[in-house]
Amino acid sequence: MKFLAARRRSPIVASALLVGALAVVGGGYAALGSVQPAEAALAVGSQTQVEKGEQLYLEGCSSCHGLKGEGTASGPTLVGVGAASVSFQVSTGRMPLAAPGAQAPAKAENPYSEDDIAAMAAFVATLGPGPAIPTAEQLDYASADEAYGGELFRINCAQCHQAAGQGGALTQGKYAPSLMDATPQVIYEAMLTGPQNMPVFSDAQLPTEDKQAITAYIMGLQEASSMGGLNLGRFGPVTEGVFLATAIFAALIAAAVWIGIKSR
Amino acid sequence: MTTTSPVEKAGGATATYVDERVGSNKFLSRNLGKVFPDHWSFMLGEIALYSFIVVLLTGVFLTLWFKPSMAEVVYDGSYVPLKGVMMSEAYDSALNISFDVRGGLLLRQMHHWSALIFIAAMAVHMFRVFFTGAFRKPREFNWLIGVGLTTFGLLAGFSGYSLPDDLLSGTGLQIARGIVQAVPVVGTWAAFLLFDGEFPGTEFISRLYGVHILLIPGLILALVTIHLMLVWTQKHTQFPGPGRTNDNVVGYPLLPVYMAKAGGFFFIVFGIIALVGGLVTINPIWIFGPYMPDQVSAGSQPDWYIGFLDGALRVMPNWETIIPGVGWTISWNIFIPALVVPGIIFTVLGLYPFIEAWVTGDKREHNLLDRPRNAPTRTAFGMMAITFYVLLWVGGANDIIAVAFDLSINSIIWFLRFALIIVPPIVFVVTRRTCLSLQRRDREKLLHGYESGRILRLPHGEFIEVHQPLSEKDLAVITAKHDYVPLPAPDKADADGVRNKKYRAQMLRHRLSEFFYGVNVPKPSAAEIEAGQHHAAHDAELEAPLHEYEDDDQIRTFHGGVLHHPGMPETNAEQLEQEHRS
Repeated sequence: MKFLAARRRSPIVASALLVGALAVVGGGYAALGSVQPAEAALAVGSQTQVEKGEQLYLEGCSSCHGLKGEGTASGPTLVGVGAASVSFQVSTGRMPLAAPGAQAPAKAENPYSEDDIAAMAAFVATLGPGPAIPTAEQLDYASADEAYGGELFRINCAQCHQAAGQGGALTQGKYAPSLMDATPQVIYEAMLTGPQNMPVFSDAQLPTEDKQAITAYIMGLQEASSMGGLNLGRFGPVTEGVFLATAIFAALIAAAVWIGIKSR
Repeated sequence: MTTTSPVEKAGGATATYVDERVGSNKFLSRNLGKVFPDHWSFMLGEIALYSFIVVLLTGVFLTLWFKPSMAEVVYDGSYVPLKGVMMSEAYDSALNISFDVRGGLLLRQMHHWSALIFIAAMAVHMFRVFFTGAFRKPREFNWLIGVGLTTFGLLAGFSGYSLPDDLLSGTGLQIARGIVQAVPVVGTWAAFLLFDGEFPGTEFISRLYGVHILLIPGLILALVTIHLMLVWTQKHTQFPGPGRTNDNVVGYPLLPVYMAKAGGFFFIVFGIIALVGGLVTINPIWIFGPYMPDQVSAGSQPDWYIGFLDGALRVMPNWETIIPGVGWTISWNIFIPALVVPGIIFTVLGLYPFIEAWVTGDKREHNLLDRPRNAPTRTAFGMMAITFYVLLWVGGANDIIAVAFDLSINSIIWFLRFALIIVPPIVFVVTRRTCLSLQRRDREKLLHGYESGRILRLPHGEFIEVHQPLSEKDLAVITAKHDYVPLPAPDKADADGVRNKKYRAQMLRHRLSEFFYGVNVPKPSAAEIEAGQHHAAHDAELEAPLHEYEDDDQIRTFHGGVLHHPGMPETNAEQLEQEHRS
C-alpha cells in the first residue's frame, strides 16, 4: 500500500485513472453493443426508443405523413403500415422523399443510422398493428429450395421485376426496380409490406418458407456467373440486338472494307 | 517456259481424266475467268450467305440433341436453380444442350448469333441494292427473290426462337397466336388449326420443328441458289468509274482473286461468329425458365428482326369494334399493326422495282449503279421507310428504354404515335434536299473543278480560291449521271378529238414522274464540263509557283497563301529596297 499511497497524488494518476475508466466503459459498451441487434428486435416498443422515434418522426416525416401519422395530401397514412415498412422505406433511402415524382427512388445515401431507423420503426408500430421487422430466423434462406423459389419468382415477381431480376417499366414512369443489390431483409420486407406499386405478399399468400425460397432464388441470380460469356446486362434480345448492330457489324463491315480495298 | 513441273503434269492429267468423263473443261474455262467488280458493299450479301452456312452447320449439330416434344418431364440436369422443376422435353433438351453436351452452349450461341447476323446482313445487303438502284431492269426478279429470302429469314428466326419452349419462346408464340386470331373471319379457326386446339396445346413445338429445320431452310437454300445463278448469268452490277460502262464489267477474275477473297471472307465471318458465340451470351434460356401460360417476364422482347412488329403492336391504340347483332369482334389493335402494317411494308418492298419503272417509264437495262444522290426521290423514300422501321423498333424496346433512361413508358408510346406520322416525311424532305445539294456540288465540280481550299492573293491584290481539275476517276464517276426527263403530260383528246380514255392513269403517272425526276439538278453539257475543267487547270497553273515555293526549304517571312513569282519581294523590307532601287 505504501507504493500506491506514495504515488496517490502524482499528476499522472488522474490521467491514468481516466484512461482506465474510459477503457472499461468503452470496452464494455462495445462488447454489449455487439449483441444489441438481436435484443433490439425484441425490444421494439421500449419507451425510450419510441420516444426517440417519435422525435425523429416529427422532424423528418411528419410534414407529409401528418403529426400523428394520419397522412396528408402529400403523404399516405402510416397507421398500420408496421415497422417492416419503415425499415424498408428508410433503409433503402426511399424515404425521406427527396422530391415528388412518379415513384420514390432508392438512394445510396441514407441520413439515418440503424438505431434511428429502429426507433422510427418502433414509433410507427405503435400507431397501429402492422408487419414487424423480420427476424434473423425468418431471413435465413440457407436451407430454402432455390428451384422452388424460381418457380414462385416466375409466377409472382418476374412480370414486373423481369425474369433475371433486372427490373422493368410500369406505367407513367413508375418501375419495378432491379433486384441485383437487394439484401434478404429488403426482399423480405418488400414482400411483407408491398411498397410503392408492389402488391403485398402476406404470409397467407406466401408463407415464410416460400419467401425464403424466393430470397434464395434472387440471391442465386445475384451471384450467378454468366455461363455464356458477357451477359449484356441480362436485358434480353434488345441489348443483344444493340450488340449485333454495333460491335458485330462493325467487325464484319470492317473486314469487308479491308477485303474490298483495291490491291495496290 | 515450256518446262512443266510434276505437279502441273499431275493436275493436267487429272483435269483431262475428269474432262473426258464429265466434259468439265469447257464449263470451267468459261466460268473460272468470270470477272467480278470490287467494292466492299458488294460483300454484304456474302456475309448473309456465309452466316447462313454457319446456321446450317450449327443447326445440324443441335438437331442431334434437341427433342421437339411438349411432353412433361422433371429436370434433372446440372443447372441447380431448375432442378426438380416440371418442364417440356423441348426445354429440358435445350438445357441439356446448354449445360451437359460438350460444346453445346457454344454451338447454340453460334447458331443464334449467326441467325441474327444472317437476317441483318440480308437487310443491309437489301439497303445497298435499293439505294444504288441495283434492282432495276434486268434484276427485278432477283430483288423479288431477295424479298422472299428476307421473309423466310424472319420466319426461320421466329420459329427457332419459339422452339426451346422457355418463357420468352412461349410469350412470343402467345402473341403469334393472338395475331392469327386477329385475322378477320377465319382467325379463330386458323389458330385452332395451327395449335391443334387451345393454347399452348401439346402439338405446336413438334409442328414448328419440321418447319424450322426442313421446310424453311429448304426454301431458303433453293432461293439462294436461284439468287446466285441469276447474279452469275446477269453479271454483277458495278459503280461508275473510268472505263466502266453499262456493257462491261471491270474487276478481277473469279480464279484466283475472288476465290481467295471470298474464301478468306468466309473464314473471317465464321471466325467472328465463333468468337461472339464463345464470348457473348445470347438467349440465356435457363434464366427465363420453362414456359407456363400463366407466367410472363417483364422486358419480354422478340429478336431484333421481329422488333418492328412488336413495336407496332405496342404503339397501336387499343381500338376494337364489336359488330352489333352477331357479336363478332374486330381487333383493330392487333389487326392493323400486326397484319396490315407488315402487309404494306412487304408488298411495297416487293413491288418497288415495278412501281419505280412504271412511274419513271424507264425501260433501259442498268448494269451501272446509281449513286444514291442521283436518285434523290428514291433515296429519300428509302430513308423515310428506314426511319419508320427504326421508330417501330424503338416502340418494341419501349420498356427497356423506359427503365434504362428513366422515362415514362406512356410518354414514349405517345411520342411514337406522333413521330411515326411526322418524322418520316421530315426525313424524306431532308434527305431529298441533301441529295440535291450534293448534285449541285457535283455540278459545281464539273463546271469549276474542285475547291482545293487554298486561297491565293494575286499580285494585284485579288484573292481567289484555287480550283483544281477533277481526277480521271472523279470525272468518270460524276459524269456517269443520267438526266432523266419526266414523262410528258397526256392530252385529254387526240388531234381528231377522240377522248383519251387512259387520261386519268396517264396524268397520275405524269405527276408521279414529275415528283420523281422534276427536282433533278441537270448535268452540264460536255462542252461546259470541258471549259470548266480547263478553267480549273488554269487556276491550278497559277498556283504552281506557290508549290515551288513550298518546296523551298528556306524560311521566309511571308508565305501563307500569297502568290510569289520568282523575283518578287518576300518581305516588306525587300519590297522597299526594290522600290528604292527602281
